[in-house]
Amino acid sequence: MTRPILEVRDAGFAYGRSAPVLTDVSVAVTPGRSLALVGESGAGKTTLLRLLLGLARPTSGQVLYEGRDLAPRDRALMREFRRGVQTVFQDPYSSLDPRQRVGRIVSEPLRSLGLRENMAARVAAALDAVGLPEDAASRYPQEFSGGQRQRIAIARAIVCEPRVLLADEPVSALDVSTRVRIVDLLHELRETRALTVVMVSHDLAVVAALCQEVAVLERGRIVERGDTAQVLGAPRHPYTRRLIDSVPRLPPPAATSNTDLKAPGH
Amino acid sequence: MTTRRRVPRSATLIAGCVLAGLVLAVAVLSFFWLPYAPDDTSGDRLMPPGLPHLLGTDKLGRDLLTQLMIGARVALEAGAGSVLIGGLVGLAGGLAAGFATRWLDDTISALLDILIAFPTVLLAMLVTAAREASLGSAVIAIGLAMSAIVARLTRVLVKRVLAQDFITASRTSGTSWPRIILEHVLPNIWPTLSVNLALQFGLAVLAEASLSYLGLGAPPPNASWGRMLQEAQASVFIAPAGVIAPGVLLVVLVVGVNLIADGVRDVADPTRRRTR
Amino acid sequence: MTGDRATLLAVAGLHVRSPEGRDLVSDVSFTLDAGERLGLIGESGSGKSMTALAITGLTPPGMAVSGSVVFDAPGLGRTEVVGAGERRLTSLRGRATSTVFQEPLTALDPLMRVGRQVAEPLRRRRGLRGRALDAAVTAALEEVRLPDPERIARAYPHEISGGQRQRVAIAMALACDPALLIADEPTTALDVTVQADVLALLDGLVRERGMALLFISHDLAVVSRIAERVIVLKNGAAVESGSVDDVVNAPRHPYTRQLVGSARRLDSALDDVLDDWRAP
Repeated sequence: MTRPILEVRDAGFAYGRSAPVLTDVSVAVTPGRSLALVGESGAGKTTLLRLLLGLARPTSGQVLYEGRDLAPRDRALMREFRRGVQTVFQDPYSSLDPRQRVGRIVSEPLRSLGLRENMAARVAAALDAVGLPEDAASRYPQEFSGGQRQRIAIARAIVCEPRVLLADEPVSALDVSTRVRIVDLLHELRETRALTVVMVSHDLAVVAALCQEVAVLERGRIVERGDTAQVLGAPRHPYTRRLIDSVPRLPPPAATSNTDLKAPGH
Repeated sequence: MTTRRRVPRSATLIAGCVLAGLVLAVAVLSFFWLPYAPDDTSGDRLMPPGLPHLLGTDKLGRDLLTQLMIGARVALEAGAGSVLIGGLVGLAGGLAAGFATRWLDDTISALLDILIAFPTVLLAMLVTAAREASLGSAVIAIGLAMSAIVARLTRVLVKRVLAQDFITASRTSGTSWPRIILEHVLPNIWPTLSVNLALQFGLAVLAEASLSYLGLGAPPPNASWGRMLQEAQASVFIAPAGVIAPGVLLVVLVVGVNLIADGVRDVADPTRRRTR
Repeated sequence: MTGDRATLLAVAGLHVRSPEGRDLVSDVSFTLDAGERLGLIGESGSGKSMTALAITGLTPPGMAVSGSVVFDAPGLGRTEVVGAGERRLTSLRGRATSTVFQEPLTALDPLMRVGRQVAEPLRRRRGLRGRALDAAVTAALEEVRLPDPERIARAYPHEISGGQRQRVAIAMALACDPALLIADEPTTALDVTVQADVLALLDGLVRERGMALLFISHDLAVVSRIAERVIVLKNGAAVESGSVDDVVNAPRHPYTRQLVGSARRLDSALDDVLDDWRAP
């Protein structure tokens, strides 16, 4: 088995002396196996993501990058980690600095990581990869729609060619048709750039489209984990079952319908 | 989509620049040319406007125009100095509070509330007692009082920016905190802060005039509009020019600066400039 | 109820223009019968929320509203909303129609206990006081299936969950027994499981009371769960309307086809995974 790129081992987390948000959580991200973290709000998904991003330190347990304990003091490792792990947020309106041009926004990881060679070319390539026109770099985020903004955020996340993309509900703030296009984009990037996606989501359709593995959180603990098909196809935990039943579906196509769309299995 | 690339130049900004620029021009001129020496008391007392004293003289026989021109210089120095002190101290304090943990933030906020509740006049008297009655003392007192207000505003603005996802994105890109402050925090709080500082500039000019009126400002021969008002007060019915002239210029400067503040708000912020 | 239901709301040639002269809603017409459930579908900027605001006479200042919005609620008489005075509109709100918004946290007053907020419309419209009012508040909270209604009545909005807040907002909207309930993206801010519960609740309540429902959403799957008929809005204009089954199974307008296609794509991604599991 391949070694995990990113791993949380027996992690617990609590704010001050209040009740723990996470208890004994272990998750490993293996290359090429995209992972979804699902659960209700307040289940600890976002906190777990913050641990994986190195934005918070677990109160107990460890976070490992390439098998090494992630210590803020270890400058070299942190730099490698920042380059290897990038992130996309839920709200495309809050995740882009309104006072910077898109080119500057997208190049920020390069500047902060000291990768100043061919910066303009790399930014252009990243914008191209997410399907934005070349002149986007000289404009401000306010000139773009929600879906385009999310593309800008994705361009920023992939510009330094990371190995892991951590995404917090990356499509839930978007309209359905925009949602499909962003899911397609993430899928394409996952394939062409050997990216492993770790995604917090409660949209199981998006999870199914993007992730090979699922971990279900409830009240700060992982209650179910495994291959997406197995977890969704044969859920063992009641919450997982409820989650699957709750997915809003279109009424099944009538037998006589002339849509050229694929009919879902019954 | 009709995206306006630029708004037509703000009319308020132009009007403000004209008014404040008038006072600035007078102040600059005062360095190179004055009708009379500031301490020249050779004129008759309380002369009406005319020749050789264009605006007349005060009760000591000094030329009013000369006093007025020096007063412009003093007013601008008072405004600029106070804003410099108040802005820098306030910005530092506000940033500290904005970034601080709960406990430190509460402490700083409590201190700021005390400072805001403290009357500027009392503060000025304390500074004057510790130093001397001078423009510098007045500016320090006004600047300190202002810093509390600036700090409180900065704190709120910083907290609001820090809550945005682009700060987290910046952190996960490995950007250091000082760079985050320079690249994201300051540019995002600047539109609101600069408007406030411009308003504070106007208030500082007024405050300096008040302190000088009370004798807590620059001593003679450094004429200040506030002291001119105070000295001319007794003879307002005999020689109204001594009150009207500094009063009008004071209003011109403060209104001008406030208009600039409004204009800056319209122009400085690209997020307000564009319609979606 | 039988087929020929009385017309409750008739919207004809509704037009809303922004102060900058942009047409946010252009020439939207539809009717809504008593007890009917209509979905208004569209993506952001389609004018769906502005349509709802125009129906309740709550468009922001500066918006130019033209056309006709006529309410014919039992006991209230015919009322033209467009151009009506504030007093007339106030008498309409609550009894003819009330609205549930997307974000329950901003729709509730953060500094007022939940019970008092629910009590307010009950006191105003039904003239209840004292114990009778307390009992009515408890009953209203029970009706939206809130557990432990006495405790919730004493809580502040931030002390209860998002799903509970939305139930409270629904209880408030239902307090005056409106003939039409407008729900503007009421489940978009909620978790999927909570969304399913709230949809089931709305469905049941509207059915029990024979209330009409105008359900606004960008999510076709959600709308198809609760509405009988849908109108598809794009850039302020209605591009297609019809029964949910017709629109979903045989969309005519290219835009509707795209919406249905997107929803089906997501559905099938999930189905593929489930099929993979069941197949071997």
